Amino acid sequence: MNRRSHSRLLALALAVTVTLGLAGLGDACAEPPAADLDAHGQLQNPELQARFERIAKELRCLQCQNESIADSNADLARDLRRQVREMLSAGKSDDAIFAFMTDRYGEFVRFAPPLSPKTALIWGAPFLALLLGVAIIYRVVRQRSRMPLDE
Amino acid sequence: MWKFLLPFAAFVALVVLFAFGLNPKRDIHALPSPLIGKPAPEFALTDVLDPSRVVANSTLKGQVYVLNVWGTWCVECRVEHEELLAISQQHVVPIIGIDWSVDHGPGEREKAKQWLERLGNPYSQVAFDQEGRTAIDFGVYAAPETFLVDRQGNVIFKHISGMTQEVWEKEFLPRIAAAGKGGA
Repeated sequence: MNRRSHSRLLALALAVTVTLGLAGLGDACAEPPAADLDAHGQLQNPELQARFERIAKELRCLQCQNESIADSNADLARDLRRQVREMLSAGKSDDAIFAFMTDRYGEFVRFAPPLSPKTALIWGAPFLALLLGVAIIYRVVRQRSRMPLDE
Repeated sequence: MWKFLLPFAAFVALVVLFAFGLNPKRDIHALPSPLIGKPAPEFALTDVLDPSRVVANSTLKGQVYVLNVWGTWCVECRVEHEELLAISQQHVVPIIGIDWSVDHGPGEREKAKQWLERLGNPYSQVAFDQEGRTAIDFGVYAAPETFLVDRQGNVIFKHISGMTQEVWEKEFLPRIAAAGKGGA
């Protein structure tokens, strides 16, 4: 590929990005402009931003249920992202943020609910199934090994 | 014996599971609210109809009330509105409205005013939640949602999706009676 087609491709990519960006903007216009939160409500501190991204991926957007609030365009997801950013910039811990969410929306708001008596079955079921499988195999093998070898 | 019983037990377990899981009356998207039995989150917002007035639930302590979260952008709220009007005619308990502005613009207030003027107003007070923060505090994820708060200020019930006479009679009235009402 020569230089010229390179730059053409670049221009095209740029155009597409800008267009998509603008299209997204229409949607996100509602998003208040970002300061620690900048003028667009975005986090300035890269460390906080990294935590934000991790937390946002861990929280379910309840409007759409199978998307995280990081992925979702829903209004509620946008508001919850704002909430997480504000709490991070206020120096809240990850646990405090998760507690804030589960106090309001219940454990379901987390994709990976913490181990508790209520969720023990979810976390334990695979091991129970494994144990059951082992027990069945053990029985079958023992039974067969007792059978006379008549062939 | 086990050879017969075990598969049979498994079969029965499946039937029970399906009877519960595939019940068409069960809304699989409705989530239990962690707020049940807990104090209703405090709010103090401006009145939709009169921005100089404050609507705060602290003034409702000692009263059973219904709290309905809605918005003019919400289709089901339009459907529910007639039902709320009929319910409000019964003057059982006050119905407090929270107008949830999802775009955070001031436009929702104007639209809500027009909506109430045109369609009638079932609410004793309507608060304007422009920032959507009260909706988050109440764990609202899909308007309309309707809460029942007892005299101690605790949330005792939450209904997700539109209110109907049936829900009102089956779910709300008995709980209101048990909670000892408290003036409409």
